[in-house]
Amino acid sequence: MEMNLFRMDFSFSPEEKNFRVQVRTFLDGEVSDEFLSNLEEQDEVDFSREFTKELARKGWLAMAWPKEYGGGGATMMEQLIFNEEMGYHHAPTGGHRQGISLIGPCLIVHGTEEQKRKYLPPITAGEVVWCQGFSEPNAGSDLASLQCQAVEDGDDYVITGQKVWTTNAHRADWCHLLARTDPEAPKHRGISYFLVDMKSPGITARPLLNMLASRDFGETFFDEVRVPKENMLGEKNRGWYVSQTTLNFERSGIAWPASAKRDLELLIEYAKETKRNGQSLAQDPIVRHKLTEMAVEIEVARMISYRVAWMQSKGQIPVYEASMSELFGSELLKRLGDVGMQILGLYGPLEHGSRWAPLRGRVVRDCQFSLGLTIARGTSEIQKNIIAWRGLELPRV
Amino acid sequence: MDLGFSEEQEMLRTTARDFLTNECPADLVKQLAEDEKGYSPEMWKKMAELGWMGLTFPEEYDGMGMTFLDLVVLLEEAGRACLPGPYFSTVVLAGYTIMEAASEEQKKELLTKIANGDLIVTLAITEPSARYEPDAITVKASPDKDDYVINGTKLFVPDANIADYIICVARTTDGASPEEGLTLFLVDAKSPGITTTLLKTIAGDKQCEVIFEDVRVPKENIIGELDKGWPVVEKVLEKATVGLCAQMVGGAQKALDMSVDYAKERVQFGRPIGSFQAIQHYCANMVTDVDGSKYITYEAAWKVSEGLPATMEVSMAKAWVNEAYRRVTLLGHQIHGAIGFCEDHDMPLYFKRAKGSEPTFGDADFHREMVAKQLGL
Amino acid sequence: MNLDFTEEQEMLRTTARDFLAKECPKALVRELEEDEKGYSPELWRKMAELGWMGLVLPEEYDGMGMEFMDLIILFEEIGRNILPGPFFSTVVLGGLPILAAGTKEQKEEFLPKAASGEIILTLALTEPSARYDAAGVATTAVAQDDSFVLNGTKLFVDNAHIADYMICVARTKEGASPEEGITLFLVDAKSPGIKCEVVPTIALDKLCEVVLENVIVPKKNVLGELDRGWPIVARTLEQATVAKCAEMIGGAQAALDMTVNYVKERVQYGRPIGSFQVIQHYCADMWINVDTGRSILYEAAWKAGEGLPAATEVAVAKGWINEAYKFVTERGVQCHGAIGTTRDHDIGLYYRRAKAAELAFGDTDSQREVIAQQIGL
Repeated sequence: MEMNLFRMDFSFSPEEKNFRVQVRTFLDGEVSDEFLSNLEEQDEVDFSREFTKELARKGWLAMAWPKEYGGGGATMMEQLIFNEEMGYHHAPTGGHRQGISLIGPCLIVHGTEEQKRKYLPPITAGEVVWCQGFSEPNAGSDLASLQCQAVEDGDDYVITGQKVWTTNAHRADWCHLLARTDPEAPKHRGISYFLVDMKSPGITARPLLNMLASRDFGETFFDEVRVPKENMLGEKNRGWYVSQTTLNFERSGIAWPASAKRDLELLIEYAKETKRNGQSLAQDPIVRHKLTEMAVEIEVARMISYRVAWMQSKGQIPVYEASMSELFGSELLKRLGDVGMQILGLYGPLEHGSRWAPLRGRVVRDCQFSLGLTIARGTSEIQKNIIAWRGLELPRV
Repeated sequence: MDLGFSEEQEMLRTTARDFLTNECPADLVKQLAEDEKGYSPEMWKKMAELGWMGLTFPEEYDGMGMTFLDLVVLLEEAGRACLPGPYFSTVVLAGYTIMEAASEEQKKELLTKIANGDLIVTLAITEPSARYEPDAITVKASPDKDDYVINGTKLFVPDANIADYIICVARTTDGASPEEGLTLFLVDAKSPGITTTLLKTIAGDKQCEVIFEDVRVPKENIIGELDKGWPVVEKVLEKATVGLCAQMVGGAQKALDMSVDYAKERVQFGRPIGSFQAIQHYCANMVTDVDGSKYITYEAAWKVSEGLPATMEVSMAKAWVNEAYRRVTLLGHQIHGAIGFCEDHDMPLYFKRAKGSEPTFGDADFHREMVAKQLGL
Repeated sequence: MNLDFTEEQEMLRTTARDFLAKECPKALVRELEEDEKGYSPELWRKMAELGWMGLVLPEEYDGMGMEFMDLIILFEEIGRNILPGPFFSTVVLGGLPILAAGTKEQKEEFLPKAASGEIILTLALTEPSARYDAAGVATTAVAQDDSFVLNGTKLFVDNAHIADYMICVARTKEGASPEEGITLFLVDAKSPGIKCEVVPTIALDKLCEVVLENVIVPKKNVLGELDRGWPIVARTLEQATVAKCAEMIGGAQAALDMTVNYVKERVQYGRPIGSFQVIQHYCADMWINVDTGRSILYEAAWKAGEGLPAATEVAVAKGWINEAYKFVTERGVQCHGAIGTTRDHDIGLYYRRAKAAELAFGDTDSQREVIAQQIGL
């Protein structure tokens, strides 16, 4: 009988297991309770700058990038493992995500040599913070209808418009931005991609408070901001397509189920330690039911995420599978927030700051924070549209 | 890490799908639901010729020497086609019991006959208390000279009405704990004292009440060791649970496929109903349930096949698939509208199987409680 | 049977709605969330002038002599608008028990002052044990000369930090059951030995930790009978649950209205997002939740108001509305998209309150337990 090269295998290779141990050991040490406590109280980006640089020093920050661009050339599985551990440890990614996962890959694929030389090294070193100038007040899900204008003028483009939900706006060094260069063209085909120095005159960035009253995103006003022509990324009017570049780094969405797994463990610990009605919460059949239902869902989410990374590791391009993983993972965290609140009972609504607040108020924060997850990066409704259209080929009218 | 099946497994799948599409169309499935035997002897013979009965048996017993994971692929296709008959009882329940615990002689006798399609065997665990736990076993087997005498009632025994042998789990000793003192007996189904009554079930699968009244079984017909039967049953239940999940996954995929096809064709208000967003989102929810079911089942199946500890994964799979399959068939019916509600239509086959499979080898609550224990709650 | 409100009740509703819209706009709500006291004395005075504090208090105590159902209508409007402050605690948690169980002197002492807005009242029942039943009460009250000495910790006490008097539920005797030996005390909040601290909560609703250390309460401040206080608490809890449900339904309606208006206006892909079928179905589901919740609320409120046994209806109402309010606000945020997740958007005010209200006077599981007992399980 012929030996088959590929057989089903849910385990990792010894090298991969080793890598996980390395990452885990590092994160166990760095992302301690104290670190997390500080992170919760302070601004995520500011507080985690050192941490980001440490990741860079270990060669993990840009591990997914090709080596020739300062990356680690890591395999899909290594990326999956790293992202899973980061998610599990609740490690901060807000400061570097835009650069590493979004603008960086676009630069690698579409950037000129000079652009790559100028912009990539600070990203891989964790020394620069990028923000994304995409969404506008009237262009959310329908991003392609964006109205921010970029008008050619001599050696520059002059940008005027308003962006909103700009993550890290008020503390970013650079902004990668989509603006309309041809108002006459059909909407997707008149957009160009720009790299904008946030210190340019004419830019005002104002933080917006999210429900938790933290300043994760903001609105950005561009008032005739001059951007040199060489700061256009890719071809004129091809910006939309440039922004769709994903590069071949893993899109498993594992961070959500991994984070949920850690949250569940904290809840289980809490349930075992807390007595109510003369018995521990863990002995209450209703609590057991809720916790185990979540445990099952988390494992399913993990598998759905793993499936994406596996497909990519075989050189396959996920068509709807990444949407499914994003959908499932984000909805999972919302459900977990709700279930957590139910288990905590009257203690659920107590926020961090009181000695009575359980788990440093993590659950009450999650049940507010998670609301944004089914909206950002494509609403659940859009994800389901994509699954239906591209995955099942159901007709669009 | 590789979440895909091997080339050979994919070939097995394709062969199975083609065979079942030809030999086991929906009309036959509906017929066999009404038929007392509940299977087609011709199809049974053909399946034996394909080597399916002995798929996982060692070659010395006329088996194919393949793995549990290979069987899971086959079971998925069986689920897709709603294959009626005693395949699962004979190959999974009885087959693995015999492979796990029987003597060399017993294996030679039984496995060879099963592999050739000449024997139908089932496993009788549950009783009117309707639980899969050792303390639920009250059927007694008392020694009497060279025999054991079995008394009691088993319920929900699959295919007992056509089985040649029934492997009966009975209590031989009241041990310190309920797991101790259970023994497996290979009982000739034609033994005097056995009364088998077919139960009418939602999915038309043949479940039976089997009453044992002073049924004599020779000592040599004990499978495995006296009083040490429960660990064998546990192992078999683990495989059976995953195997059933695989069937359910196959059925859920078919229900999804049917619904998507229908949504693309059915026109109302001047457009295919599949162009309405609510229907599209139903389908997106269904495929999410199906894909989630697949991978959690495959994870459990792989672990079981590799002989790794899998108690948590097996229970997670059954807890999830139970509810996912149910959700998928409910939405499938909703999408099909009135026509899906007709007995002629194929959708009810899947809805009924989803419902019928839910409690088999443990419902979601039972398995969630297993997960709770594994989590240390 | 008449399921309509009277003309007077409709007028009460309209007056309340208009008054609150004018006097307590969202800007004030947000201010008060951050404010240490958490209420506006000016607004409080105006409410007193309208007769709201004394709405259901008899005229002899300067009240309006209206019915419980009238109060429910008022609470619905309060929930719709959101009214931070100690209205709920003063009127329901403080006023109603004094009305039900107070001596003539106590009623004369406290009720007119409550009606005029001169004093703020609350009920200190729950403790770190976080339960609403008698077994959760560990705070003790020991007789000493002409007083009782109270010791213990109360938690989640509504607006205790600004209350003039707290009705403290304490244990005066170890009885055969937890309900026996409970006594209610009217405690002057300025008594030595009381330490009060507001605990930060998701809804910024001024729940407090109250530590009682050797707090001396004169005998004449016992409310109701010694050792027999629990029935008063039980009755108050029932009324409080219904009032809370009314607030929640009002809030749910506001969230629904806001969402429907938004999806009619918000344009993406060249059309209002409210024209997408899935959004329409979300709104339909939200509406069903609110409407059914309201029906159950009125049934429970009517029965409770008439003094009829209403344990099941109240539990059904709270259990259902808990889930309905959460569902409506969560869907509401989703329909609003990113803007719904900001601090400044009003939908968040309701989402946060839904989360907090779920637990007040019993979460959904505890309501289900009540229903189970009521239906004889």
